[in-house]
Amino acid sequence: MRRPTKEDVGALIDPHTTLDFTFDGKQMTGFQGDTVASALLANGIDLVARSFKYHRPRGIVSAASEEPSALMTVRIDGLEEPNTRATQALLQDGMAVQSQNRWPSLEVDVFGVLNSASAFLPSGFYYKTFMAPSRAWPFYEWVIRHIAGLGKVPAEPPTGRYERTFAHCDVLVAGGGAAGLVAALSAGRAGARVIIAEEQSHLGLGLLPETGTIDGMKPWDWVGKVVAELTSMPNVRVLRATTVVGLYDHNMVTLAERLPALNTAEAQPRQRLWKLRPREIVLAIGSIERPVLFENNDRPGVMLASAIEAYADRFNVLAGRRAVVATSHDGGSLTALRLKKHGIDIAAVVDSRNAISADVAAALKAQDIRCVTGADVVAATGRRHVNGVRVRLRSGDVDMDIDCDLVALAGGWSPNVHLFAHTRASLGYDADLGAFVPGEAPLHVHSAGACHGVFGLADAIRDGLTAGHNAIAACGLTPADVVMPDITGGHEFQPRPPVGLPQGLNQNRVFVDLQNDVTVADIHLATRENYGAVEHLKRYTTLGMGTDQGKLGNLNGLAVLADIRGVEVGDLGTTTYRPPYTPITFASVIGGDKGEQNHPTRRNAAHRLHAEANAHWVNAGLWKRPQFYPQAGESDLEAVNREVLSVRACAGIVDVSTLGKIDVQGPDAIELLERVYMNGFRTLPVGKGRYGVMLRDDGMIFDDGVTMRIGETHFIMSTTTGQIQQVVEHLTRMLATECRNLDVFVTNVTESWFSCALAGPDARRVLKGVTEGIDLSPTALPFMGCAEGVVAGLPARLFRISFSGELSYEINVPSDCGTALWKRLLAHGADLGLKVYGVESMGVMRVEKGYFVVGREADGRVTPDDLGLGRMASKKKSYIGSAALNLPALKEPGRRQLVGLVPVAPGIKVPRGATIVEKGVHEGGAPPIGHVTSQVFSPCLGHGVALALVAGGRARMGEHLTAASPLEGGDVVVEVVDPVFIDPKGERLNE
Amino acid sequence: MVIKCPFCGPRADVEFVYGGAAGLTCPPDDAGDTAMTDYLYRRENPIGPHRELWVHRHGCGIWIEVERNTLNHVITRTGPVGETR
Repeated sequence: MRRPTKEDVGALIDPHTTLDFTFDGKQMTGFQGDTVASALLANGIDLVARSFKYHRPRGIVSAASEEPSALMTVRIDGLEEPNTRATQALLQDGMAVQSQNRWPSLEVDVFGVLNSASAFLPSGFYYKTFMAPSRAWPFYEWVIRHIAGLGKVPAEPPTGRYERTFAHCDVLVAGGGAAGLVAALSAGRAGARVIIAEEQSHLGLGLLPETGTIDGMKPWDWVGKVVAELTSMPNVRVLRATTVVGLYDHNMVTLAERLPALNTAEAQPRQRLWKLRPREIVLAIGSIERPVLFENNDRPGVMLASAIEAYADRFNVLAGRRAVVATSHDGGSLTALRLKKHGIDIAAVVDSRNAISADVAAALKAQDIRCVTGADVVAATGRRHVNGVRVRLRSGDVDMDIDCDLVALAGGWSPNVHLFAHTRASLGYDADLGAFVPGEAPLHVHSAGACHGVFGLADAIRDGLTAGHNAIAACGLTPADVVMPDITGGHEFQPRPPVGLPQGLNQNRVFVDLQNDVTVADIHLATRENYGAVEHLKRYTTLGMGTDQGKLGNLNGLAVLADIRGVEVGDLGTTTYRPPYTPITFASVIGGDKGEQNHPTRRNAAHRLHAEANAHWVNAGLWKRPQFYPQAGESDLEAVNREVLSVRACAGIVDVSTLGKIDVQGPDAIELLERVYMNGFRTLPVGKGRYGVMLRDDGMIFDDGVTMRIGETHFIMSTTTGQIQQVVEHLTRMLATECRNLDVFVTNVTESWFSCALAGPDARRVLKGVTEGIDLSPTALPFMGCAEGVVAGLPARLFRISFSGELSYEINVPSDCGTALWKRLLAHGADLGLKVYGVESMGVMRVEKGYFVVGREADGRVTPDDLGLGRMASKKKSYIGSAALNLPALKEPGRRQLVGLVPVAPGIKVPRGATIVEKGVHEGGAPPIGHVTSQVFSPCLGHGVALALVAGGRARMGEHLTAASPLEGGDVVVEVVDPVFIDPKGERLNE
Repeated sequence: MVIKCPFCGPRADVEFVYGGAAGLTCPPDDAGDTAMTDYLYRRENPIGPHRELWVHRHGCGIWIEVERNTLNHVITRTGPVGETR
């Protein structure tokens, strides 16, 4: 309920601006500045969720990111986000908030019946119970998944922008509390580039309840002054509503920023993921209050004491009228006093200790607050909401019932060590605090304040100044003159060790981890079943999993476990803390990298001309290449067949610019080639090219291509389109390591050249009319010859090489001449029947010729001999891969060898990717003896042809085998033939 | 990680591509199967300092040698190949 507005309360809300929203369809109102949680509490909503497993009623527990229960599906402007923490989401006008994991409604949840069966549903229940029959598991799983769970993934992709951003700074301050503020201030004044990130939407909120003064000001006013100074500094960036979610190697830090105006369409992103590389990191992320364990400690109305106070301080909202404070340190009583001031009746303070400090006792007495010492709250009563607690004295079994509608949990404070632990640095256990504290800090990381185990306002500020000072010094800057402020009033912080659980509790009803419904009984069970190590306990019971990662439950769980095992908590250790500290959305991880922005698109010089010619595109690496050029009414296959027949009958041109081209120059260039190619290049004369094959160290084929010698010490090497980077790095690696004495330069010149292949029996006739200064006669420019001159009025290198098996010239011109060359060739060749063809048609022709392709036939597992190139490998030299070729496994007779396949029956295709088995024996599972690597329809032969790798294939010519492919619709009987289907003697390309 | 390229200065690891252990040399062709198998398939995989090759693909394109602690990714030395010893 909201109190009538008073001037000095409700620091974050603007009571003059009303916002409309709905909760489960019911119309409600809140104020500007409210969180969803504070607005719900203001509207008297206490039941906000049903629990994960038992569907128990749950309410709001906290006021920050540790919230385990109040997870909502929040919808605004078409954006739907499940599992949103109501305690962090800022309320906005028009927001639709929905509860999760209930059916048909929160009030009437049919699965609530699971609660009464909870004694029979311990950890591991599903796995133990639904063992058999194993094939029914998918059904069981379907049912279980419908009953258990959190929010549902929205069906639509998120609207609006999500962003990733990168930044550097000298000092990152994580946390904008007292310690963080002074650390940032001292770093900022020293001139460091500072980023300070605060998870809440305001800095310094922890100082709101402070009663003393800082430099004569109210602490909250002091916060305002410091924030104003930070904001005014050009070298300081203040990020609000930004959680530091991960620390990684070498000071990489990720931050998740929630932008306040979630619904501002396209103008600004909804969320931003920062990747930050600060030089120094100050961690000042405070501490988290620990809950107290008792029966039904999960009832709506049971909240952290600090959260109750936060709702009153920040939003003017009272979470209840009459509270019992369950505590075991003086801080609980002090909170009780302040809650009373806010207008909440305090029914009692229940302190487990036998005595409390005299001044605190006196203060309670002065306010007429009942204090029961040496006693524990052992149970909360009430079905849907707390209506009272049962209190038991430690000295005996005397129970008393106290009526209340609110239970404030003040079980002590745990330093927030999550981020520190991301660095993998070790934690120490502080027995006085009953919590883990940072151990020895890694380089560049400075903890300060409560997360450092340093509590109390003055001590935290002093610690923050020290951390800031150390960070500045580590940056090599001169620390500025920031003096310790003068602090009066306030209370000394007193640590408190944890107190064991009271005896005789119904352990099935004591919830350690609210989000995962893990009870004390579950921890007992896990220990009995030998899952008593912390990591085992976590996996077995799911303690500490889920969206809150056990921020509230972990330490209590460890204390229970330690108690059962009779050891100290510190000896148990903790589970591994991993990023992210709070959940982040996938959309923010993806940022703008989606759709067309997913990766760059590479278009070559003649792209526009191909598009005008109706090219059908295919992706080759990042490149767009024309696959074929369909004409009106043509099917894909008809277009390819037409292009192939046209090249074989007359002439065609294909754009091959994307093939890798490497310029290799230097006195020792030949030595490098001799080392990387398996065949010899030493005898290659200037003006000629040679086809070469590169192997890896292990003897497998790495890449292939033609290398032209265009000068005594100058070579142009070509590579497979997708492998250019790898080949360049292969060569430069050689030059950096074993060939480091060679005088060679290697340059990737792929993008400097536009290349097209002019192929077909009429290729020479077409070229003749446009070429100047080059003798095209077969004797002057034979197969594998190269020449420089002018083609179509453009400076060109002419390579007589062929990938189609036809007479063919590769014409290379500077990139910016590409469109001119393409246009002029087509214009000139039109009368002679010159047509364009795409890479699919090129691929059909290369299969017809039995040429292998890296990535298909040469899939990284084949040796030269496997592809029938064994004799090409030089015996006279040592080259990369030559030593490995001697390994016995690479010479085994049963290795798969390249063969051709044709279907025995007419008019049938060889199935794509088929597995080859012996004919007729595959029923019942015969071992595969090979696989189809490429298959096409050959328009020249009129039937399907395929290349395949078959065990001992070269000795199987004429055999009938079965190409089995359930995916492509069955089996085809094929005959093993030579892989060269057309012109085996190569007469056409030598013409 | 941040890797200090000896030619470009400190850069984010995403600019680099890992190239395996440094200082390996392929045995001669007649070294025998065991030596060849050791070279190809057996690596030290140490816990602690490890000399390795990286190429600054999205930078200068040069291969460099890096000494990295495999336990905590602390990089103790970087330099041109063969010069960090």
